[in-house]
Amino acid sequence: MNAASGTPMVEALNVHKRFGLNEVLKGIDMTVQPGEVVCLLGPSGSGKSTFLRCINHLETIHRGRISVDGALVGYREKNGRLHELPEKDAVRQRAEIGMVFQRFNLFAHKTALQNIVEAPVLVKGVAKKDAEARAGELLTRVGLGDRGGAYPSQLSGGQQQRVAIARALAMDPKLMLFDEPTSALDPELVGDVLDVMRDLAKAGMTMVVVTHEIGFAREVGDRVVFMDGGVVVEEGPPSQVLDAPREERTKAFLSKVL
Amino acid sequence: MATSPTSPASDAGDIKAVPVRHYGRWLFALIVLVFVASLLSSAIRNDNFKWDVVGDYLFADRVLRGLWLTIWLSTVAVVLGIALGTLLAVMRLSDNPVLRWVSLAYIWFFRGTPVYVQLLGWSFIGALYSTISFGVPFGGPVLVSANGNDLITPITAAILGLGLNLAAYQAEIVRAGLLSVDEGQVESAKALGMTGAQSMRRIVLPQAMRVIIPPTGNQAIDMLKTSSLVATIGVADLLYSVQLIYAQNYQQVPLLVAACIWYLLMTSILSIGQYYLERHYAAGNVRELPPTPLQRARARAASVRFGGPGNPG
Ligand SMILES: Nc1ncnc2c1ncn2[C@@H]1O[C@H](COP(=O)(O)OP(=O)(O)O)[C@@H](O)[C@H]1O
Ligand SMILES: [Mg+2]
Repeated sequence: MNAASGTPMVEALNVHKRFGLNEVLKGIDMTVQPGEVVCLLGPSGSGKSTFLRCINHLETIHRGRISVDGALVGYREKNGRLHELPEKDAVRQRAEIGMVFQRFNLFAHKTALQNIVEAPVLVKGVAKKDAEARAGELLTRVGLGDRGGAYPSQLSGGQQQRVAIARALAMDPKLMLFDEPTSALDPELVGDVLDVMRDLAKAGMTMVVVTHEIGFAREVGDRVVFMDGGVVVEEGPPSQVLDAPREERTKAFLSKVL
Repeated sequence: MATSPTSPASDAGDIKAVPVRHYGRWLFALIVLVFVASLLSSAIRNDNFKWDVVGDYLFADRVLRGLWLTIWLSTVAVVLGIALGTLLAVMRLSDNPVLRWVSLAYIWFFRGTPVYVQLLGWSFIGALYSTISFGVPFGGPVLVSANGNDLITPITAAILGLGLNLAAYQAEIVRAGLLSVDEGQVESAKALGMTGAQSMRRIVLPQAMRVIIPPTGNQAIDMLKTSSLVATIGVADLLYSVQLIYAQNYQQVPLLVAACIWYLLMTSILSIGQYYLERHYAAGNVRELPPTPLQRARARAASVRFGGPGNPG
C-alpha cells in the first residue's frame, strides 16, 4: 500500500472514549487506505468493538478525530469549532459505511430478501423492483440464492451472517466494518462466512475486521493491528505482527489464541 | 443397518405408536359437559328469564340503536387511544427530555384519576369555559373561538373521556412492547443509515406488535363495556338503552340478558380478530405457525375422505 497517496479511507487521530469514568479508548491512532484490509486483534475488553462503533458514529468520542474518506465523522468544523451533525447528515455518513455484527442482527420479522431490500428502498429511495433484483444477485453472491424467502429463524448462524453481509453490501458502502463476524458460529460454519469476506477483499473492498481468526488475518489482512487496554500496542504486516511480534503483550496474546 | 433385528420398529418405515390415552381429560370434559348442560337447561326452562321477551327486544329498534352507538363510540375511542398511546410511548422513550416529561405527566394524570370523573370533567367543560378559543396566550390575538357547549357535546365528551384515558394505559402497553425488541435490531437499522423515526416505524414497532396485541385486545374488549359509563353523561349506548326500556316495563332480567348476548357477540368477534392479527405479526418468530381452526377442520375433512393416517388395523 502506498500510504502517501490520496485521502485515507479511515483516519483516526488520538481517539479517546469514556463510558462514565471508565476510559475505554486511550488515544488510538490508525489509518486505513482505500482497498486495504486491516485486521484488529486483541483480548476481550480491549476496546475493539468500541473503536469500530466510533468509526460509524454509533458511539461518540470524547477527544481526537475520526475521518472517513476525508469527512469528519459525526461533526462539522466551522470557525475552528466542532458542531454536532444533525441527524439527517449523520445518517448519510452511516449509510456509506457497512457494518456486520457478531450476533448478525437480521431483522427478525423480515425474510432474507426483505432484510436486504429494506434500507436501499427506505434510505436511498431505490425503486423496490431494482432493489429486489439487486438483493437476489447479492444472495447468490453469498451462496444463498435459493433462501431469499426464509426468515432469520429458519436460517443457520452462518447463513444469517452471510445475509447480513449481503444486506450491508446492498447499500454500496465504501467501507465495511466487521465485529467478530464468526465468533458466534459453530466451527463448521465459519468457513463459508470467511470465504465471502475473502471474495469481498479480493474485489477491492476496504475492510476493518475485528477477528480472532488468525489464519484469516494472515491470509487476507494487509495489516494487523493489535490492541490492548484501549491503546494500539503493535501494528504491521501480518507476517511481522503474527509471526515475529515485538511486544510482550502481543506475544502473550498470540500464544493463547494460536 | 439396525443393530437389533428383533425390534419391530427399527426398519419398518414411519413409527405407528399407540398414543397415550388421557382418561383424566375425558372424565373432566364429561363433568364440565353435564354441569353446563344442567345450567343451560335450568336457565332455559326457568320462566323468570322470559326468553320470549329477550327475543322480542334483541332486535328492537332502540336496542339496535344503542348497540350501534356502543360499536362506533368504542371504535373511535380505541383508535384514538391506540394512536395517542403509541405516540406517548415513543415520546416516553425519546432522547428529548421535554417529550419524556410531557408523556410522563400525561400518563400520571390520566391513569391516576377515575375514568368516570374524566368523563364528567369533559362534559362539564362547557359549563367551566363558556367560550373555548385558540390564539396567542396571555391576552394575545384570538385565532379560533367557539362556544363551549357547542364544541363539547355529550358525544364529544364521551369520545375524549374514554379515548384519552385509554391512551394513558395503552402508552404503557406499547412501551413494554418497544422495550421487548432486541437492541441489536436498532443498532443494525442505524448502521444501515436509517433515522430514528424510520427504524421505529419499519423495524421496532412491527416487532413490538407481538407483545402489544394481546393486552391491546384486552383493552378493546374492556372498552366495549367501559363505554357503558357514558350513560352518566346522557349518551344512550347499548346498556343505557335497555335500562331506559326496563325503567318503563320492569323487564330487567330479559333486557339485561339481551344486552349481554350482544356484548358477548361483539367480544367474540374481537377475539377472533385478535387471533388472526397475532398470527399476522408472528411472521418470522415461530418456525411454523400452528394451523388455524379453519385449516385444521379442512385438513381433518380431507384426511377422513382419503382414509386418515395413524389408524393401523
Ligand atoms: N455501552 C457501554 N457502556 C459501558 N461500558 C461499555 C459499553 N460498551 C463497552 N463497554 C466497556 O468498554 C470496554 C471495551 O469493550 P469492547 O469495546 O466491547 O471490547 P472488545 O470488543 O475489545 O472486547 C469493556 O470494559 C466494556 O465493559
Ligand atoms: Mg467486542
